[in-house]
Amino acid sequence: MTKTIVVTSGKGGVGKTTTSASIATGLAKRGFKTVVIDFDVGLRNLDLIMGCERRVVYDLVNLVNQEASLHQTLIKDKRIENLYILPASQTRDKDALTIEGVARVIHKLKKSDFDYIICDSPAGIEKGAKMALYFADEAIVTTNPEVSSVRDSDRILGILQSESKRSKMNEEPVKEHLLITRYNPARVKDGQMLSVDDIVDLLAIPLLGIIPESPSVLDCSNAGKPVILDEESEAGQAYSDAIDRLLGEAKPHRFMDAPKKGLLARLFG
Amino acid sequence: MGIFSFFKTGKEDQSASIAKDRLQVLIAHERTGRSGPDYLPMLKQDILDVIKKYVAVGDDALSVQLESQDNCDVLELNITLPEDAESDEESAESARRRAMERRQAANAT
Repeated sequence: MTKTIVVTSGKGGVGKTTTSASIATGLAKRGFKTVVIDFDVGLRNLDLIMGCERRVVYDLVNLVNQEASLHQTLIKDKRIENLYILPASQTRDKDALTIEGVARVIHKLKKSDFDYIICDSPAGIEKGAKMALYFADEAIVTTNPEVSSVRDSDRILGILQSESKRSKMNEEPVKEHLLITRYNPARVKDGQMLSVDDIVDLLAIPLLGIIPESPSVLDCSNAGKPVILDEESEAGQAYSDAIDRLLGEAKPHRFMDAPKKGLLARLFG
Repeated sequence: MGIFSFFKTGKEDQSASIAKDRLQVLIAHERTGRSGPDYLPMLKQDILDVIKKYVAVGDDALSVQLESQDNCDVLELNITLPEDAESDEESAESARRRAMERRQAANAT
């Protein structure tokens, strides 16, 4: 059974594409046949984060318009077996996508025995974002510990509950997961940043993971490598934990506490 | 955080708790908007159709809000009429008055 998971947030710049790349890579690494689709038509970036920008020939819009086959459009990842990237078009806009067209693509992917379809949503709540979440079975709501991001996440949760296919067909609701990114435990400790508990309280959905603010996220995106492959980094490990939880394993949350300061740092820090 | 921070009360820079309080109020308010009854969109469309019978307005001319106050629900209608409506100011004024009356009636129940 194929599972379709949308990575969404409402707000831009919170880490949807970084998360989509790492979640898809993590699932493929565990042996699941996975495709990650960039729904940000006109502003594609997933190809850059995945490091396959020079291998894009056809794109999602070509596939929707039946100008290319699935085989021609999918880019096979060179590092991880079972991982495929479906890039967005850079020259078209979001109106090029239709429910019927996207439905055909999802259907083809399901027939090709994919275990997971990860949909990387564009920011906003317009057509592109609604297309990305329409077919979702599960949703990873990416949120920064910051007021506008939390508010927008709540808004996108409302849209998931009223405009997804599952809600329209009166099926079991989309399973929601909260992923907090760019978390800075030291600032939380000083009372300058919303804590995990605050955000879980406000949004009232189950917590999938906490990705700490980490320099390796930028390092990896510079290099076109999903951060989950940087196993030394805290962010990479946090994504790996999130994959385990997504697969049903109960894992305690890490990276929530500020590193202990020494006496000198406490006096002069 | 250095020596000097020991002398501060430490309460005033807890901006995170301000953020949480603000979000709690805002999110609760925004959630009531979307958990309205099923008939609300249809009611809105019917009202809009009636207005359109008399005045040429766009689909965004009407905003409908249902709010809970104490133990009664208040249905608030806001109708924006175009300035150059063919029946000019007089009918616009009376429509606005009717809207006000309706709002007051809703408030009264």
